Amino acid sequence: MKNKKSATLEQAVGRIQDGATLLVGGFGQPGVPEILIDGVCDLRRRDLTIVTNNAGTGHSGIARLIEEGCVSRLICSFPWAKESFVFKELYDAGKIELEIVPQGTLAERMRTAGAGLGGFLTPTGVGTDLADGKKTMTVDGKDYVLEKPLRGDFALIKAYQTDPRGNLIYRKTARNFNPIMAMASDFTIVEVQEDVPIDALDPEIIVTPGVFVDTYYVTGWYEIGKERNA
Amino acid sequence: MSEQTNLLTRQQIAARAAQDMEDGWLVNLGIGMPTMIPAFIPKDRDVMFHSENGLIGMGPPPAEGEADQDLISAGKELVTMISGGSYVHHTDSFAIARGGRLDCAVLGAFQVAVNGDLCNWRLPNQTSGSVGGAMDIAAGSKRVFAMMSHTARDGAAKIVAERTYPLTAMQVVTKIYTDMAVISVTPDGLILNEVAPGLTADEVQAVTDAPLNMDDVGTINVAA
Amino acid sequence: MKGKKSATLEDAVGRIGDGASLLIGGFSDPGVPEFLIDGVCDLKRRDLTIITNNPGFRHGGIVRLIEEGCVARLVCSFQWGLEKELDGFRQLYDAGNVEIVPQGTLAERMRAAGAGLGGFLTPTAVGTDLAEGKPTMTVDGREYVLEKPLKGDFALIKAFKTDPRGNLIYRKTARNFNPVMAMAADYTIAEVQEDVAMDALDPEIIVTPGVFVDTYYVTGWYEIGKDRSG
Repeated sequence: MKNKKSATLEQAVGRIQDGATLLVGGFGQPGVPEILIDGVCDLRRRDLTIVTNNAGTGHSGIARLIEEGCVSRLICSFPWAKESFVFKELYDAGKIELEIVPQGTLAERMRTAGAGLGGFLTPTGVGTDLADGKKTMTVDGKDYVLEKPLRGDFALIKAYQTDPRGNLIYRKTARNFNPIMAMASDFTIVEVQEDVPIDALDPEIIVTPGVFVDTYYVTGWYEIGKERNA
Repeated sequence: MSEQTNLLTRQQIAARAAQDMEDGWLVNLGIGMPTMIPAFIPKDRDVMFHSENGLIGMGPPPAEGEADQDLISAGKELVTMISGGSYVHHTDSFAIARGGRLDCAVLGAFQVAVNGDLCNWRLPNQTSGSVGGAMDIAAGSKRVFAMMSHTARDGAAKIVAERTYPLTAMQVVTKIYTDMAVISVTPDGLILNEVAPGLTADEVQAVTDAPLNMDDVGTINVAA
Repeated sequence: MKGKKSATLEDAVGRIGDGASLLIGGFSDPGVPEFLIDGVCDLKRRDLTIITNNPGFRHGGIVRLIEEGCVARLVCSFQWGLEKELDGFRQLYDAGNVEIVPQGTLAERMRAAGAGLGGFLTPTAVGTDLAEGKPTMTVDGREYVLEKPLKGDFALIKAFKTDPRGNLIYRKTARNFNPVMAMAADYTIAEVQEDVAMDALDPEIIVTPGVFVDTYYVTGWYEIGKDRSG
């Protein structure tokens, strides 16, 4: 059996190239793969498209990626939080493109990609700005927007524990977008707090089957949302 | 037919198909002959089996006294789970199947056409068919291998220029394993890769309703 | 807190009326709510629509429902050649009252209903008999069939354990269609092997949150697939 463990951070993220689309987990701070994001920053990639729920907090994580000029396009649901000031500054300066997607639609578009579907009809956004230019359809008397799949070249996710096959479990609300992003990318990179031996995880409780995981990097526990790039 | 000694047995077909299951693959097996494949996977290869009823990492049948009534394969047989497997519900199981996570599906077939069209869910004269997961898996797997007898019981060819049976999925089959041959399905047509020991390429062509490229034909190794 | 437990089988299934549509869990024998089905049989309801993967292959269970004339319409993926063996099934089939749906599409249509979506585009069945009469669309060069949601008035499901709120866990491959059906009905009835106290289930391992469960009935362990109709 091939172990999916990456011994170093560089090994885990090294294949990410300029211009790649990255799905990055997290909602607020829980579930953000901060170490992996730092790894991508250190690679000095350019022109990345980042798909994530929030537009970064302070100067760390996604905010650091944005601040260091790695990101040309952001797809997210909630860009205008007070703590996302780094994003706002670059957006106002015309240095970054933004696509706002309703949160449930964001999750569902990624799931659709992961499930091999071509699109779905959602009542979310009907008649709003966010449906402008999108096809609408009426089914059984109700209007829907046709939304298309959203797929990443890579997913960067955070989990609690993994076994050697990449079977994952999560912790509390740090689960959030991570399982769906694991499904929706060509190459899924996980940072985990801990790796455990085969058979240590009950197969009934696995949230993300290893089928969806390409490699993982073990970080140990760390305090989330702290600046580490000093 | 039983005195026809040059045809492979079902075990021999399964053994031959097993040789093409690559290390690290996730594979779905259709009911019938394909379920014989796991026993023949070379020991040095890590091949995981997906069963669409929600089982990733299907293992062999349980030992005496270890059967669990809640643990079955999609073929309704009692099975086990290997180390590092997981259970998922049906929607996730089919997200895996349709979402391109299956490296290979090995499925039985009534008919395979030169263009890779697969027909395996309903006979033309049946008013009703049991589709099960056949269409989802055939449409979604990265590769679809067909495993079948080379001809129908009445001698009719099952590998054909154009399908006449009800379609399961369009242009999906890339390899065919039969009791006579191994055939690749390519955009340029069918390539006869190997024939069963004692058979000639011409004998295989004679019962195949589509032209076979016979430039480089080997013999199936049945020693395994 | 209101406990969701039904003290009797009749309490659990009693509100099912003539003409109702029932989603019934199970794949082969594992996960079939055999007690609940017997409860519905005993109610002698008529004109039911049954949505299930496979309508049984022996007397008892859904076959009993068909034999006793309770079923007007059946939606399934796999019918085991029942038309040869069961007059009641053949009559339904010949009258055009059996709809065959590919297994993954069956699951996904219920999920769409449960997730409040109006439909989805699937590559499954493109060009086949089972796509006849359905709209098709081409998205980014690939052809898809538009499939519509499938919901039930009731879901009859089987789980392993529940807590008083109806948070459910399942057992091995008896999970199958049960979680998605729990999402897709107006009223979900679970039969469970065992009910446990509040806090006895780790919230990280719950597969079906109690929000999808209306009532449950405790059966204890039983040997599955046995004929209990005599």
